Amino acid sequence: MLTKRIIPCLDIKDGRTVKGVNFVGLRDAGDPVELARRYSHEGADELVFLDITATKEKRKTLIELVTRIAREINIPFTVGGGIRTVDEIGDILKAGADKVSLNSAIVKNPQLITEASDRFGSQAIVAAVDAKRTGDSWEVFVKGGSEPTGIDALEWVEKVEALGAGEILLTSMDRDGTKSGFDIELLRQVNKRVSIPVIASGGAGQVDHCIEAVSAGNADAVLAASIFHFREIEISDLKKEMHLAKIPVRYPVV
Amino acid sequence: MIGILNYRAGNLTSVSNALDRLGAEYIITDSIEELDKSDAILFPGVGHAASAMEDLRARGLDTWLKCTEKPVLGICLGMQLLFESTEEGNTETLGLLPGRLQKFDPKKGKVPHMGWNRFKILKDHPILTSIDGRHFLYYVHGYYAPTNKYTLASCNYISDFSAVVAKDNFMGVQFHPEKSGNIGSMLLQNFLDIIQDGGQN
Repeated sequence: MLTKRIIPCLDIKDGRTVKGVNFVGLRDAGDPVELARRYSHEGADELVFLDITATKEKRKTLIELVTRIAREINIPFTVGGGIRTVDEIGDILKAGADKVSLNSAIVKNPQLITEASDRFGSQAIVAAVDAKRTGDSWEVFVKGGSEPTGIDALEWVEKVEALGAGEILLTSMDRDGTKSGFDIELLRQVNKRVSIPVIASGGAGQVDHCIEAVSAGNADAVLAASIFHFREIEISDLKKEMHLAKIPVRYPVV
Repeated sequence: MIGILNYRAGNLTSVSNALDRLGAEYIITDSIEELDKSDAILFPGVGHAASAMEDLRARGLDTWLKCTEKPVLGICLGMQLLFESTEEGNTETLGLLPGRLQKFDPKKGKVPHMGWNRFKILKDHPILTSIDGRHFLYYVHGYYAPTNKYTLASCNYISDFSAVVAKDNFMGVQFHPEKSGNIGSMLLQNFLDIIQDGGQN
């Protein structure tokens, strides 16, 4: 049986891991490759690296980092953060990433999804959707959640699937950083509309939240950052609890 | 020396990194002369079957693959192309194994089949040494090969499909051993051992 995936997310700035709440009070948290190796060893099923560097040197540093990660890590990983063109996507995949996550760029230019999936395969193209609840619906936000777009999130997920995205990384802006649980209704609504895998993001604070995202929200994978960074939840413990809750998960076999 | 087949649909970096981790020597090439000198062939692949076949044909690699007697390991799309044809773009493929690839029905589950899954071993083979049905491997694919008499291990997602196949010198795996942690490395090591043992299977 296909297992549900646990995906730690690492925030990267200038080639280093940073920790902080909502990008405030960032502090250096070491070498991303070391942390990635630790997560992989602890049973992470995939990794996501989100580059929040804003400088001109960004691209070169990122490619060097992706190259190092790919040499050291033997599980799949996704790279996201400010990626805008098919050529940039090609460089990151060529350096060894398995997937790229696209957010603001595909809102501005939805055809980028089609161009990229035609060239690299839809399995390599993750549409990252940042959604914020407004009444009974959700609106898509871009630029790290700072800019509203007026686009309905449920219509948008259907569109990204039709354009060729292979997976959706769905972040609830309302829950992100709150540790109060995932937006289950958002997950349900999105899963009703698409047949590609959906990664739940935003709001993980406890083991029960992750179980709920899968069992009630039908998420295919659960992404979290701070609970793993600060060791509030160990990946192995989370998997054990999910297994006890009858959710199929992969354990490392020794 | 392993020849990694270099064509448009290859995920070459991941595969070559995996061989580096095992200390294996390899060359990434689309030159028939260099492939002729290699002891065995790794045939990776991601993306669309039609453009992959088109690119193999343009480089004359389809004919070379059909005739080679060296051990060949197809990975993901590389394995799929060993079959006769696929529903993906209604493409005729290499025809080294009987059968037609089918698309997973998105009404019955998420497509692609993406993530870690286990398989059931149907036949012993050196490529599966020390690997069994308890182990998880990483899959990403929207089309699947139905099981047939060359299926060594079958996986289940929506329906049963071929996870590992072998016929003569041709072997194929639907999952990505280069991305499947230590178990994936073990499978690649088994392939290296097969080459060492003179390509018998």
